[in-house]
Amino acid sequence: MTAVQEPAVGADREIGRERRRKEDARLITGRTRWTDNIVLPGMLHLAMVRSPFAHASIVSIDTSEAEEAPNVVAVLTGADLGEAQGACINAWAITEDQVTPPHLPMPSDRVAFAGEIVAVVVARSAAEARDAAELVDVEYDELPAALDLKEAAADTVLAHPDLGTNKSAFWKFDSAEAGTGGDVDEAIAAARTDGVVIEREYRQQRLIPAFMEPRSVVVDPTGEQHTIWSATQVPHILRFAIAATTGVPESKIRVIAPDVGGGFGGKLQQTPEEMIAFAVGRRLGKPVKYTETRSESLLAAHHGRDQWQKLTLSAEKDGTVTGFKVELLADLGAYVAIVGGGVPVLGAFMFNAIYKFPAYQFNCQTVLTNKTWTDAYRGAGRPEATYAVERMMSELAAELGMDPLELREKNWIKHEEFPFTTVAGLEYDTGNYEAATAKAKELFGYDELRAEQARRRESGDPVQLGIGVSTFTEMCGLAPSRVLGQLNYGAGGWEHASVRMLATGKVEVVTGASAHGQGHETAFSQIVADRLGVPFDDVEGLHGDTQIAHKGLDTYGSRSLVVGGEALVKAVDKVIEKARPIAAHLLEASVDDLEFADGRFSVRGTDSGVAITEIATAVFAAHDYPEGVEPSLDSEATYDPVNFNYPHGTHLCAMEVDTETGAVRMRKYACVDDIGTIINPLIVSGQVHGGLVQGIAQALWEEAVYDDAGTLVSGSFVDYLLPTAADTISFDVDHTSSPSITNTLGTKGVGEAGTIASTPAVINAVVDALRHLGVDDVRMPATPSRVYAAIQGASAGGATDGAAMPHFDPAEPGRSSTEGAGA
Amino acid sequence: MIPAAFDYVAPTSVEDAVAALAQHGDEAKIIAGGQSLLPVLRMRLNAPEMVIDLGRIDTLRGVRDDGDAIVIGAMTPHSVVGSDPLVAQHAGLVAAAVEHLADAQVRHRGTFGGALAHADPAGDLGAPARALGAEFAIAGSGGTRTVSADDFFVDLFETAIGEDEILTEVRIPKHTGWGSHYEKFVRVAHQWPIVAVAASVRMEGGTIAEARVGLTNMGSTPLRARQVEDALAGQPATPDGVRAAAELAADGTEPPSDLNGDAGYRRHLARVLTRRAVLAAAGADGA
Repeated sequence: MTAVQEPAVGADREIGRERRRKEDARLITGRTRWTDNIVLPGMLHLAMVRSPFAHASIVSIDTSEAEEAPNVVAVLTGADLGEAQGACINAWAITEDQVTPPHLPMPSDRVAFAGEIVAVVVARSAAEARDAAELVDVEYDELPAALDLKEAAADTVLAHPDLGTNKSAFWKFDSAEAGTGGDVDEAIAAARTDGVVIEREYRQQRLIPAFMEPRSVVVDPTGEQHTIWSATQVPHILRFAIAATTGVPESKIRVIAPDVGGGFGGKLQQTPEEMIAFAVGRRLGKPVKYTETRSESLLAAHHGRDQWQKLTLSAEKDGTVTGFKVELLADLGAYVAIVGGGVPVLGAFMFNAIYKFPAYQFNCQTVLTNKTWTDAYRGAGRPEATYAVERMMSELAAELGMDPLELREKNWIKHEEFPFTTVAGLEYDTGNYEAATAKAKELFGYDELRAEQARRRESGDPVQLGIGVSTFTEMCGLAPSRVLGQLNYGAGGWEHASVRMLATGKVEVVTGASAHGQGHETAFSQIVADRLGVPFDDVEGLHGDTQIAHKGLDTYGSRSLVVGGEALVKAVDKVIEKARPIAAHLLEASVDDLEFADGRFSVRGTDSGVAITEIATAVFAAHDYPEGVEPSLDSEATYDPVNFNYPHGTHLCAMEVDTETGAVRMRKYACVDDIGTIINPLIVSGQVHGGLVQGIAQALWEEAVYDDAGTLVSGSFVDYLLPTAADTISFDVDHTSSPSITNTLGTKGVGEAGTIASTPAVINAVVDALRHLGVDDVRMPATPSRVYAAIQGASAGGATDGAAMPHFDPAEPGRSSTEGAGA
Repeated sequence: MIPAAFDYVAPTSVEDAVAALAQHGDEAKIIAGGQSLLPVLRMRLNAPEMVIDLGRIDTLRGVRDDGDAIVIGAMTPHSVVGSDPLVAQHAGLVAAAVEHLADAQVRHRGTFGGALAHADPAGDLGAPARALGAEFAIAGSGGTRTVSADDFFVDLFETAIGEDEILTEVRIPKHTGWGSHYEKFVRVAHQWPIVAVAASVRMEGGTIAEARVGLTNMGSTPLRARQVEDALAGQPATPDGVRAAAELAADGTEPPSDLNGDAGYRRHLARVLTRRAVLAAAGADGA
């Protein structure tokens, strides 16, 4: 049983305090160094020549004209670089027989997606490199391209002809086989005769992470070590991957992720651009820099989502769910990326969500196509799962004429049932769905909005109101290493932290989690300040440099606080334990008589005591310390989580739908998330607000669209619609707290929660507004055109097609550009 | 996002600009506020050898009263047009369209003449210009000529401005006391309109005495919906009074199909938005 409680906040406690972020002054004013700001003596610049074709043989590459261009130092192809270019790795073969095409950073024989790199130009300036890139003459022999996901799954056209199939891996979980539940086919068959069966097919459109800072890499190959600065989420993983695929010893590689401007999973990758820069820098013995353009970023940085979801849910006539069967097709794009097919598998345990399905089956076929490769994007697998189940639960409620919240409550895990082992085999430690839902309903004004909805329906108002529900949960805090091992993942899920006690009483905290906007320095300082009893401002957070933070598994999957924070707690505790005998020695007391509180060791029953910072100074001098004890307080810890943790929340969304035009407008959004103990409410608000907008954007705006030739049509922000503040409303955000019992601080992840929860809430609201007109689905993104079509024909709207908006006129005087040379 | 190399001049008079244009011919491109040209250059969709910057010609900036019309200099930034009292008083439809044009940054850099000369049919200024019967002053080596709004827009990105000519100012007949509304349909705020309708009406009591209606993004040029204007004259400013006229809005149009919707959907939008724009212009949108 879980008690719902507000976190205790004392006046002098840092945990729970709305600290403004230490990072913000430098990030907002630009007084920091992003990768593209780095300039090294003699540095050369790279420009990439990219394929305009989705699938083609490379007949020839003529670099002669480009080589003659001003200040061009070299023009190199895949053949020139050979094995020195290494390879892009897939770290997670989800099945033993997974079909995985070799992925060279720069292929020399065949390109498999539009935007793939075929040559690199090296010049003394970025402008000269760009100019010369247009002079590289590549002759292609175009091949048929596998573009449509369903057609690709039928192997009608092969993305990689040598493989003989586009089907990469089939991954299945069946609760009957696993012993965690019943037989789903039996449950569905029973419901067909004496219950309710809901069958739907949903499309998770392709999305582009669209982080603010484009990817950038600088390689300095001089000296004993190769130093790589990269706008990456994963410096440690990148270092490993470069070493593993180039043969350069890991000890000779230093990777630095300086301040990084967002990632959302899009920088959880070992990129071809990084590998090419590394190879070129080594080959020429010169520092090199490559910074992508926004066009290149949209085209060739990995994409996300892109699934078809075939869903069958069975229930009894009273609304009690009996089974859920999930059949996915997941588009990998042209290659199996570093996590790749593992992304849908991360959702495999989440389709059952907070509900007590007695039987569950998950099937996923990953498919290769000739599109940009896909990988993690905020939520990675869990948004897809949450969308599916939350849409289906609302469909079931509509079918039965029940309130969607009442139907959910009938089926969810009651708070007194925690810890609860789900039909997918996970043990949810804590949660209280009743409390979060009650609070959210009040915040939202649920009953009033339902009444307004009824009035609008009755009066035939052209603007209808819909209310969408999403009672989500997620598994986050990737991840227990043993679980990853069982899933055949190529690495562990631990995190590392160290604490350095400086002579002046300041504290350096080193974490292996690599922040790119999350606010680690602030949140970790708060944790250390409380636990070690030192001022918040005296704690410095260090991260993102493999020479400083030598050990780590980086930042993704809402893991930094729940895994990295726990490693930090354990390191701090070691500092205190190392200080204890020294304190006893200095105080001439027995260790057993000491107590530690508020940064001081004191002798019980006396006013004799010493601060831990004073002990730090004493061990620095090392003039007086006990025999057999090392003169250092510095400590480190590696923490491997024992379980995931399971934040949850109730999200309620009201959407107005203009039935005359199909335009949708958000009216109100209220959410109550239970993320356990909150370290910094301000950072949490930022994560929730940003996450919500990102999820709402999937529902309403964003979609990567390709044409029939495999060209990315939504190749700029004119056509790939990102919302701004002008397009959103003020959200009502609140929390309940069921502290996690799997970590010391009681925290749960929050980095992805908003994104995971909001998408189905929005679509459920749009559909709810139109249900009485016969609409039971609107495909994402719910464009006005699609919504209007759904109202007219009561169909969900087909695929997005058509050209981009032609706002920039190329057909004006002047030279025309070399097609496909990039921009 | 690095443009190809180009030469650059910034003349300080219209005469010098016209001379530079005559000298460089079709190798030259004029830059006004740069909000359309710079993306084209940076994405390397175009690579002119010479860019002629009009930014230093002071006479091209500003709004003045010219009797029965107001005159807007071609290099006047949108933000200035949008806050100008003459524009608000006599050409409220222009002020309404500028208010939601792109975003604040574009409104401060982009220019009134530059946007019209770019002639993007999805641009926000063409429909009001056509609706209000604007006249365009175009300077060339032979002097200045005037072209009506009906003749100015020729095709997608094509206007009556010749290769050796420059748009200098736009003369807008005063519509003092008219009610105006620009009904813009977008998915996100900073987007080009999927469809927009510009409407001005002169009311006599509750009746529409005269109407002017322009359409954005309903064809290869901005359009004027004269059939709607004619049908509105004498109608009461009520939803029922306006509906039949608004139903004519899409007649004869050939709107584009793109990611945001097909031509049929745009025609539907034009009808709905015309009704709303006219009612709002008449101050009757709450009716």
